Amino acid sequence: MNQALQDIRGDFPILAGSDLIYFDNAATTQKPRQVLDAVVNYYNTQNANPLRGLYGLSVAATEAYEGARETVRAFIGAQSASEIIFTRNATEALNLVAYSYGRTRVKAGDNIVIAVSEHHSNILPWQMVARETGAELRYLECGPEGQYPEEQIDSLIDERTAIVAVAQVSNVLGVSLPVESIIAKAHSAGAVVVIDGAQSTPHAPVDVTALDADFFAFSGHKLLAPMGIGVLYGKETLLEAMPPFLSGGEMIEYVTREDATYAELPHKFEAGTVNAGGAVGLAAAIDYLTDIGLEAVAAHETALTARMMTALKAIPHVSILGSDDPADHHGIVSFNIEGCHPHDVASILDTDGICVRAGHHCAQPLLAHLGIGAACRASVYLYNTEDEVDRFAAALENVRKELGYGS
Amino acid sequence: MDLKSLYREIINEHNLHPAHKHDLEGATADHRGVNPSCGDDIRLQLKIKDGVIEDAAFVGSGCAISQASADMMIDLIVGKSTEEAMTLADGFMRMIQGKADDAEIEALEEAAALQSVSKMPARVKCAELGWRTLGKTLAEGAAEGEGHQPHC
Repeated sequence: MNQALQDIRGDFPILAGSDLIYFDNAATTQKPRQVLDAVVNYYNTQNANPLRGLYGLSVAATEAYEGARETVRAFIGAQSASEIIFTRNATEALNLVAYSYGRTRVKAGDNIVIAVSEHHSNILPWQMVARETGAELRYLECGPEGQYPEEQIDSLIDERTAIVAVAQVSNVLGVSLPVESIIAKAHSAGAVVVIDGAQSTPHAPVDVTALDADFFAFSGHKLLAPMGIGVLYGKETLLEAMPPFLSGGEMIEYVTREDATYAELPHKFEAGTVNAGGAVGLAAAIDYLTDIGLEAVAAHETALTARMMTALKAIPHVSILGSDDPADHHGIVSFNIEGCHPHDVASILDTDGICVRAGHHCAQPLLAHLGIGAACRASVYLYNTEDEVDRFAAALENVRKELGYGS
Repeated sequence: MDLKSLYREIINEHNLHPAHKHDLEGATADHRGVNPSCGDDIRLQLKIKDGVIEDAAFVGSGCAISQASADMMIDLIVGKSTEEAMTLADGFMRMIQGKADDAEIEALEEAAALQSVSKMPARVKCAELGWRTLGKTLAEGAAEGEGHQPHC
């Protein structure tokens, strides 16, 4: 194990001294003391309503909040902090783009291209935009391991494509989508690209400028931050031209009885009192991950994933979804056991103190496309250990017996 | 009873060797019950004569709890009047919601073992599926229809 990852388990109060095996990290991650302390410290020492008070404490709250924005900017390689909008989560960020950009820019006869492996959060908003504008919703179709052929990207994206919205990493298969070639093709066709980074940002360095993404969304809670804070990155020129998503306090410049002018970016998109404590927690989580290094985190995950896949392949009746290469999984191993419904498998594993997800993972079109009804998903993160993987594999070996099969 | 014992002692047998999982010839009522988000999907068939459930069966697929619960339910309701079956279905739903009294739970016989599922919110819909479908079937008579449950 990487030196930086030695002994970090003690940083996580929920895991320290517990035998619980938490393998549902693709759903949400546990929080280190450093993050929890940062949130408590904000409320203990800096809390006031940011951005509007004319007194010292409010200035301190504003500095904490805007400092967090700068930390996020640096973390994802954005040019300017005004391109960083705080939202509740990736879902809200994607909806912001759909409502403010999609509904106003997409026209009847245009098309919107998404991938069949998308999370429902990156499907439903585009279904809504397509329905309301009369645009066509097109799906990139993946192969059994989640691979998207270049020819399909070339043929599906055309001069009538207004928006391409894809995840950087699938939440079921863990596989990377070819976002570089999708972005290049979309830009050559004049389309804007929305990247759902919910499953990529926690596991690999992201550089939105190098990527040339037009919009990029992620959730804090999947990378050690509290729930309720997420991020939308958008290119300044695009954000400037968009109407606000929500309206109310703190997003205005001037209001008369009939009209209003809106605040400058990014506050135009942050109506109402903001989640400053959450933003401070997100910055602390980013600092924590950056100290360890996302490369070290990714290497650790890949090693655990490789160990898990080797162990699972040795268990009869277990099949793993997606690529054979652990490096393609971003810590996610979805699997099924022949004859056993995933919900039964998860319930049996729960009695052994193992937390895994089971079901459709909010990706029903993908599961239908792969011809499966549901699946189990084990997903690891930086605090998981080889010993946990071994105990998980041992428990899994008994599941069929527990469900009444001879072997 | 802990969950593993519940599977070992009751659920597995009904799931792997159900007594009532087959098509029912001469069924007078036929109703589909679905938990779309987990894929539990059954068709309940009843043969009702003079207000009595003479025979019942189900076909379909789903998790062990959904399938075993439906099989146990049919064990219980065959030979009962439709009113008695409706009361039992209500009793089962109340048990899963943690609201049933001892008499209601006792009346469920073997299916009373599923009481512990009431403490597992994610599995409640699985256990309820057969009973919910029975309730809808009896409420609607022999009318065709679907008993959808959007989340489970």
